[in-house]
Amino acid sequence: MKKLRLATLWLDGCSGCHMSLLDADERLLELTAFFDIVYSPLVDVKQFPEKVDITCIEGPISSPEDERLLAEVRKRTRLLVAMGDCAVTGNIPAMRNIEGAPAMLQNIYTGQELLQPQVPGTDIPILNDKALPIHHFVPVDLFIPGCPPSADTLFTTLTALVKGETDQIPLPACFGA
Amino acid sequence: MTTPILTLTIDGKEVSGLATETILQVARENGFSIPTLCWLEGLTSVGSCRLCMVELRGSTALHPACITLIQEGMTVTTSSERLLRYRRAIIELLFSERNHACAVCVVNGHCELQSLAQQLGLDHISFPGLYPALPVDASHSRFVMDHNRCILCTRCVRVCSEIEGAHTWDVKDRGIRSRIVADLDTPWGDSTTCTGCGKCVHVCPTGALFEKGKSVAEMFKKPPALPYLKATRAQEV
Ligand code: SF4
Ligand code: SF4
Ligand code: SF4
Ligand code: FES
Repeated sequence: MKKLRLATLWLDGCSGCHMSLLDADERLLELTAFFDIVYSPLVDVKQFPEKVDITCIEGPISSPEDERLLAEVRKRTRLLVAMGDCAVTGNIPAMRNIEGAPAMLQNIYTGQELLQPQVPGTDIPILNDKALPIHHFVPVDLFIPGCPPSADTLFTTLTALVKGETDQIPLPACFGA
Repeated sequence: MTTPILTLTIDGKEVSGLATETILQVARENGFSIPTLCWLEGLTSVGSCRLCMVELRGSTALHPACITLIQEGMTVTTSSERLLRYRRAIIELLFSERNHACAVCVVNGHCELQSLAQQLGLDHISFPGLYPALPVDASHSRFVMDHNRCILCTRCVRVCSEIEGAHTWDVKDRGIRSRIVADLDTPWGDSTTCTGCGKCVHVCPTGALFEKGKSVAEMFKKPPALPYLKATRAQEV
């Protein structure tokens, strides 16, 4: 059997979803029998490759750079998975949406008595005013809620995807818990 | 005069109930589950959340089971593709209307909104979020009101007025601007009517009302036995 090409993408998340994936422990070895990881924070590949079968995205869209990357990823991916609450609902990063990015940055970087209070502004992507779920930008094929989704949930999902069972994946996951 | 007993059909099964009973009551007595949010046994039914909607033969409209009395020969459908679709949409709208970050909510894992979403198979919210700027009232010495999580079910309003008899809570404004207020819109801590009984906190289905000093794992709701309280209250009078 030809191995599936798997990518995982880390946007404005805390990396907890990727940690949860790693939590599948030795079962990851089972998965490597079916997947080649072609792009991920877990491997050293700089360019998002052409023709990927499955991409799991952690985190919401929070900057123009996220938007650009997401559009490219969508074009090159057959099956796009929103992995975890941040990608699915905006979750923690979206808590800033109430006041907007500038107010949040001011609050965090200058709101307290610091030695050199300043909002970092160079060489990093400018934040969009709102952090938004990825399905607000591109079609998403599968949503896995949870913060983070448990290792079991992620393992079950990936196993089901290997078998091509995209419609009936039993997800015990819910928002939050 | 005795109350007449009526017969009806729920999801193809012949059942009977008293003429004073609602579809919800008869359905639950017979083991059918209909999701509810604003309804709570022991409180007046207000039919506001519309989650308990059912289909009745001969009517194209949907009917809230918690406030619709049964009728002789009624044919009720409690779950269909259409009902599920609407129920999901209601939950999605509730999520999008305020700020529900379940991951950092004090009742994460013990929330009726969260678990209903899961039961109904909701895995994302298709509506854009409104992200309103809402206050948190922590002025009470023991409890907190977080408007970000409130779904306006008015269970707190009713339990405080009907069971505790204090009537601290009310609803101000209308539609999307509606807010739960204490004592003519003053901080809860300044309330002269609140007895601090905590009933509102424990009937609240979400993390909108919670106890101070409780961590996420501890803050599960212990709804008081309302029908029992009501019955003993009635005897005292
Ligand atoms: S869903 Fe939770 S664990 Fe995953 S990136 Fe967001 S905050 Fe982190
Ligand atoms: S604590 Fe008791 S008296 Fe005070 S608002 Fe809640 S239900 Fe009413
Ligand atoms: S505070 Fe709780 S009980 Fe009161 S209306 Fe809001 S969600 Fe319902
Ligand atoms: S439970 Fe019937 S309308 Fe809310």
